[in-house]
Amino acid sequence: MAAEELKSGPLEYRSQEGRMGILGFWIFLGAEVVLFATLFATYAVLFGRTADAPAPSELFQSGVGMTLVMTFLLLTSSFTCGIAVHEMRKGNAKGLATWLIITLVLGLGFLGLEIYEFNHYVHEGATLPSSAYWSAFFVLAGTHGLHVTLGIGWAICLLIQLKQRGLTNVTSRKFFVVSLYWHFLDVIWIFIFTGIYLTGMVL
Amino acid sequence: MKSKPLPKWLGLLPLSLIVFLSGCGQMTVLNPKGPVAQSQYDLIMYSLWFMLGIIVVVFALFAYMIIKYRDRPGRKDSDYDPNLHGNTMIEIVWTVIPIIIVTLLSIPTVTTLFDLEKPPVTENQTTEEPLVIHATTADWKWFFSYPEQDIETVNYLHIPTDRPIEFKLTSADAMTALWIPALGGQKYNMAGMMTKLYLQADEVGVYDGRNSNFNGEGFAFQTFKVHAEEEEDFNAWVEEIQTESPELTQEQYDELLKPGLTEKTAFSSTHLDYVKHHTNEGMGYTIENFRELYDAKLHLYPEDIERQETFD
Amino acid sequence: MALDEFFVTGEPLIYAGMVSIALVSAAIIFLLTYFKRWGWLWREWLTTVDHKKIGIMYILSALVMLFRGGADALMMRMQLAFPSLEFLNAQHYNEIFTTHGTVMIIFMAMPFLIGLMNIIVPLQIGARDFAFPFVNALSFWSFFLGAMLFNISFVIGGSPDAGWTSYTPLAGAAMSPGPGQNFYLMGLQLSGIGTLATGINLMVTILKMRAPGMKLFHMPIFTWSTLVTCFIIVFAFPILTVALALLTIDRIFGSQFFTLTGEGLPMMWANLFWMWGHPEVYIVILPAFGIFSEVIATFAKKRLFGYSAMVWSMIIIALLSFIVWVHHFFTMGAGAFVNSVFSVSTMLIAVPTGVKIFNWLGTLYKSKIEFTVPMLWSLAFIPSFILGGVTGVMLGMAAADYQFHNSYFLVAHFHYVLIAGTVFACFAGLVYWYPKMFGHKMNERIGKWAFWLFLIGFHVCFFPQYFLGLDGMPRRLFVTNIAEWLPLNVISTVGAFGMGAGFAVFVFNIYYSYRYSEREKTGDAWGHGRTLEWSTTTPVPFYNFATVPYVDEIDPYVRMKEEGKTTFDEKKLKPIHMPSYTGQPIIMMGFLAFASFALIFEWIPLAIVGLLLAVGSMIYRSFDYDDGYYVPVDEIKRTERKARGL
Repeated sequence: MAAEELKSGPLEYRSQEGRMGILGFWIFLGAEVVLFATLFATYAVLFGRTADAPAPSELFQSGVGMTLVMTFLLLTSSFTCGIAVHEMRKGNAKGLATWLIITLVLGLGFLGLEIYEFNHYVHEGATLPSSAYWSAFFVLAGTHGLHVTLGIGWAICLLIQLKQRGLTNVTSRKFFVVSLYWHFLDVIWIFIFTGIYLTGMVL
Repeated sequence: MKSKPLPKWLGLLPLSLIVFLSGCGQMTVLNPKGPVAQSQYDLIMYSLWFMLGIIVVVFALFAYMIIKYRDRPGRKDSDYDPNLHGNTMIEIVWTVIPIIIVTLLSIPTVTTLFDLEKPPVTENQTTEEPLVIHATTADWKWFFSYPEQDIETVNYLHIPTDRPIEFKLTSADAMTALWIPALGGQKYNMAGMMTKLYLQADEVGVYDGRNSNFNGEGFAFQTFKVHAEEEEDFNAWVEEIQTESPELTQEQYDELLKPGLTEKTAFSSTHLDYVKHHTNEGMGYTIENFRELYDAKLHLYPEDIERQETFD
Repeated sequence: MALDEFFVTGEPLIYAGMVSIALVSAAIIFLLTYFKRWGWLWREWLTTVDHKKIGIMYILSALVMLFRGGADALMMRMQLAFPSLEFLNAQHYNEIFTTHGTVMIIFMAMPFLIGLMNIIVPLQIGARDFAFPFVNALSFWSFFLGAMLFNISFVIGGSPDAGWTSYTPLAGAAMSPGPGQNFYLMGLQLSGIGTLATGINLMVTILKMRAPGMKLFHMPIFTWSTLVTCFIIVFAFPILTVALALLTIDRIFGSQFFTLTGEGLPMMWANLFWMWGHPEVYIVILPAFGIFSEVIATFAKKRLFGYSAMVWSMIIIALLSFIVWVHHFFTMGAGAFVNSVFSVSTMLIAVPTGVKIFNWLGTLYKSKIEFTVPMLWSLAFIPSFILGGVTGVMLGMAAADYQFHNSYFLVAHFHYVLIAGTVFACFAGLVYWYPKMFGHKMNERIGKWAFWLFLIGFHVCFFPQYFLGLDGMPRRLFVTNIAEWLPLNVISTVGAFGMGAGFAVFVFNIYYSYRYSEREKTGDAWGHGRTLEWSTTTPVPFYNFATVPYVDEIDPYVRMKEEGKTTFDEKKLKPIHMPSYTGQPIIMMGFLAFASFALIFEWIPLAIVGLLLAVGSMIYRSFDYDDGYYVPVDEIKRTERKARGL
């Protein structure tokens, strides 16, 4: 299984395990796409079913500045994550760690703002149980937020492993996979930002 | 090893056909009493001939293969070709034939589907204008409201023959389905929704109707009789209800909505003004008022249902 | 919570169930202790990552679940044939048909097939294990613990009672309070994780670990069916995950997705459920098709007819399976146009399925059929499945479906396709590959008894139900209260007990064969093996292949036998890398099962503790860099020489 070890090419692709792990993760991301697609479909179906709770347009219009900042933070973090992998490919463990830490700080900023935002909506009377629409909103955005949280925890574990073991076939595969995950969350957020916040403002 | 021919039980097939054909006369779905059930019966029979054809062809081929090509002494060597693995011509043939069959089945299916969305039209109809009846379910009973006549019955239904009936279906709680097999297929009753179902009876008679969609403990008990009668008899019955039955108060209706079983009753007014279960505002009415009652169990045994089944 | 609310009380049948569970558990614990087998159990089975052992555990669990689901079925049949016995009340009957359906689909059919895939697919493609052996063990334990969680509901907390489809609003918190529905949700959720992981795992295994030279269109047809099935799993299971999660959040945290309050939309559940549920039907039927293809080709002693047509029809079925879900509720009033579209897409599935049937018949043409037990199951499948298939087309005709829907016609249809398709395939596959798994065949004579009992019982049980449906008998009815329905129900019950007897004989055969069957000496137990799994020795060494053969054709083992090649080429031996056994999967899933159990009873703090423990064990796993060990060449030589009698 660890039979053919390649001598060149990116570190993470050199071993059979590395290649299989990355392929498996791509397929997993395919499943994640279906998961989020289902949540988006649920959201679309329940759009407008607000019952007595505040309408989304009121809340989203007043908070658009903050969601823009959140978008900016997450998009930038995706960029810095790309640089981190670029540094890894050059064999620069320190560069990888630095840029990944920057990525995580941006991610934490995003999370903090999201928690603040949710808190704000709850104070305005839009909570998980208040209507079908708000249930769909909190679960969709919350699932994304939960993914970001897991990603941050995961990347921190990897940073510790980097310190313990340096860049190897295995650690580089793990970093590559976490970077795929991070970019994926960024893509999902773009859909959330346009599909929920921008659309919700005008509809 | 001794090889055994398989198709012993194939003998069951002609037997089952006999059972099937002799049973056709009595089985409700295959004994339609109105134009809607008739159109569905026609479609079923039409498809059945195709299906029997497919079954006969496949069974014949299957029997031929396993009898002729079983491993037995005295077989010709030319009957065994281990490397035969395809034949483009025949594969095209057996792909195209199913496509043709599916097409032939699709056409009447689609036309019937569109016809069923409209009131049926038959020659001896007294009027083409449908009679509107709201059929509302609550655990585990039926409310039939006649808005024009301003009457409401619980757990039984009277309709005139030779006139289309437009059922407006909704539910006060769980999802159910109105099914009167002798008159036609079913449709769901859903809270927060209103679905429409056209049915019509051509013959005077008493037919079985029920909720066919599982909705909890009292499901088996949620049946009703449909009394299809001549126009004059129907009108006389309406007048009798209008004059002799009490009005339905909101308190009474609330009482009836609580989960449980109810006897047949009739009222000289409808519940339609009190609550609109098919709207977003009204769909939670029962749950909001009686939520705690859904926890209780009725402990219904088969013996309980005999009492419920003594219609008339 | 008081103890009498925790345990289900007041039902003699359930007390009997509790007593038997307690007795069986005590017996198992006693036997393990008495024979000092705890260590063996832990080292050899609970911590294993070997795909063959995991497969065996899947199949054993599936057989137990078949017993449980079958017992449910017999209780229902008793009730319907003898309404005056007062055997079950409405509530109890509702619980039983709910668990029957759920257990049979989720905890019997799927694990049985996944078990066979586990054992056979790596062997068929010349791989030494799964791509991710650790994840494979994790999948098994998630399924097993999910199944146990679901099954315990009938003695603790109360069984779910809203049908295996669990339609809202009936299944929502308002109308089904208490832990029953939560058992359904968490049991399925937990085992669903494992299924999804298995789907990914097998997909990577098949795409990346094939023997050198083996192209996709050289793969055995069972492996192809597995690959297509995994595709369906990966794209359908997340929908179930979401649907279950939303309903769980509804029930436990008060959201309003499927409620009648807060402008919820209960009908969305039916859509989400069947968007997963219809592909799920093909998850359990496509591998069955694969098994039949293997068995029929082997005992017809002939190449499979129309190999590429077989593969392409499976791919087309898989794609179509995602665009037919509305046919499960044509009666919801979506309108003539929507129903027309889904009607036609549904009927189109008959085309590739028909092609497959004709290809099996084509395989029999000019063959030399040997009527072994697996072949009997596979041959019986063809006419039986046709009866289910044509009625499926009739149900697909939406306008006619208004009369068939929710009736026994539907019940008869899906039992005809699921039993004649999936269950026959499970039996065929188990008997066929049994020598590969356990080193001896199952007794053929007893096997034929089981087969005929089950087959005749099956037709006697379900054929009358078509007519009950046409006579207006609805499904899920707890009592036969119309006199005309009684005779056919009695016949049906007789058939059901015939099937029960067939299953009992089958299980007896496992015991009998274990005691008395001749042990296998060659790897090619039936003498006509065509694919690589028959090229290994029996029992299969833990590394599967000492040397992996080069493959550039369909049915490679036929030529290997002609040329006298084996999977043991001393010149090419190299050390083999194998994964280490580990207890982490069972522990990790144990924590998640604990969290699920707490969530079922809405004990939130405990659930959080369980979840944190599970996350902790995942972090532990992340830091664990155990990358297995190498089997030295000497050991391979010794093992192979001994197995091959060299």
